[in-house]
Amino acid sequence: MTAHTRKFRTYHEVADSDAEDIVGQIEAQRSKLADRLADIDRLVVVASGKGGVGKSAITANLAAVLAERGRRVGAFDADLHGPSLAAMLGAKRTPLVVSEHGVEPAVGAAGVKLMSMDLVLSDGAPLEWRQPDVAGFVYQSTLDTGAVRELMADVVWDRLDFLLIDAPPGTDKLARLLELLPVIDTLLLVTTPSEAARRAVGRAVQQARGADVSTIGLIANMTVHECPDCGRSEPMFEADGASRLAAETGLELWAEIPFEPRFAVATDAGRPLVLEAPESPATRELDRLAARLENPTSDTA
Amino acid sequence: MKFLCIDCDEVMTFAERELPGDGTLAAVFACPDCGREMAMLTNPMETRLVSSLGIQVGGRTVPDQPLELVRSSVATGDEQAFVDRPPSAGTVLWSEAATQRLEGVPGFVRGMVKKIYGEYAVERGIEEITPEIMDRAREDLGLEGM
Repeated sequence: MTAHTRKFRTYHEVADSDAEDIVGQIEAQRSKLADRLADIDRLVVVASGKGGVGKSAITANLAAVLAERGRRVGAFDADLHGPSLAAMLGAKRTPLVVSEHGVEPAVGAAGVKLMSMDLVLSDGAPLEWRQPDVAGFVYQSTLDTGAVRELMADVVWDRLDFLLIDAPPGTDKLARLLELLPVIDTLLLVTTPSEAARRAVGRAVQQARGADVSTIGLIANMTVHECPDCGRSEPMFEADGASRLAAETGLELWAEIPFEPRFAVATDAGRPLVLEAPESPATRELDRLAARLENPTSDTA
Repeated sequence: MKFLCIDCDEVMTFAERELPGDGTLAAVFACPDCGREMAMLTNPMETRLVSSLGIQVGGRTVPDQPLELVRSSVATGDEQAFVDRPPSAGTVLWSEAATQRLEGVPGFVRGMVKKIYGEYAVERGIEEITPEIMDRAREDLGLEGM
């Protein structure tokens, strides 16, 4: 008995209308996202390689201050598993209206249009996916990425001057987000003066530079604490990681936001500090940051 | 993925999709030359893997719905999270039995499912949706998880 060896053609050598067209379906998803974002003048991603640096609070306050300056602003919470933007912008949990055109965004403080998984989940519930009883972890990142794409692409943002995207913590999730977006005008990387943040955000800088982001700015958060009584400023951290990171990467510090206890209190209450305390040092710094975003310079990555 | 009829050296074309239960997806392909049919059966994990990509084996049978992946995949969604406006084109009646059955669909996704059945009926000139029409639509459209 002689062995019979078949000679098959490759997938691409076999002519076919490819009615199934899985690649086409994936491309259609990307095109839909690009079409939806086409009416947005500036797409700004606020990210960090590290959690707990105040990224979401800065996103919420920056969105509010841009809106206060007369800009049409949207904010998208890409942190599916720890969404906080809706609460920080004081968006009420009212049902999202779905029409054949898409989903109407919620509206938060200062009229910022908003979409967040927080508006979709049962109150206080973690995000859990429907999945078979075994090996659900296999699908997690695929579902997460698909949900981020869909939550951006299916929202009727209409014309916006700015859409701020609050990225989830972790460089892996940042990489998927950067790849998903058709264009990123500005990436703001939030850090603190701590050494731990410097190392983590440094990795995010490297990642962003490999991802065709045209403009990257560093934001140093919680830099100093100003005594409310005597007005004296003291550094929050012994280290000066943010300045070192700027020097090492050649990136500019676009803003240095001082620590203010009322920043967190106001933001947690759904009233961004920039609205509650327009003259506070942190508000003034955020206002300068907003002005810089309105007038993009030739800064490049 | 392509299926080749070896005898005819022709690519088999997608014919239909069914959901026999147990999370199985059955996709039927047929040779355009000799008519031979074959069914690809996916296990629940494979079915879920495909749906997690937001795609449909054999191509889409209904236009994609807003937040389709989120609404069909999130297990911890708020029952009151969405209000679905009816489509502007066409109206259709729902029998009492069909309405009761629809009530069994989680509120998180109910509006989207209702819209899909409604569009199915309008496109086919069906005036009233009954449980039998729902079964037929589910089979015809291959509504995984709906």
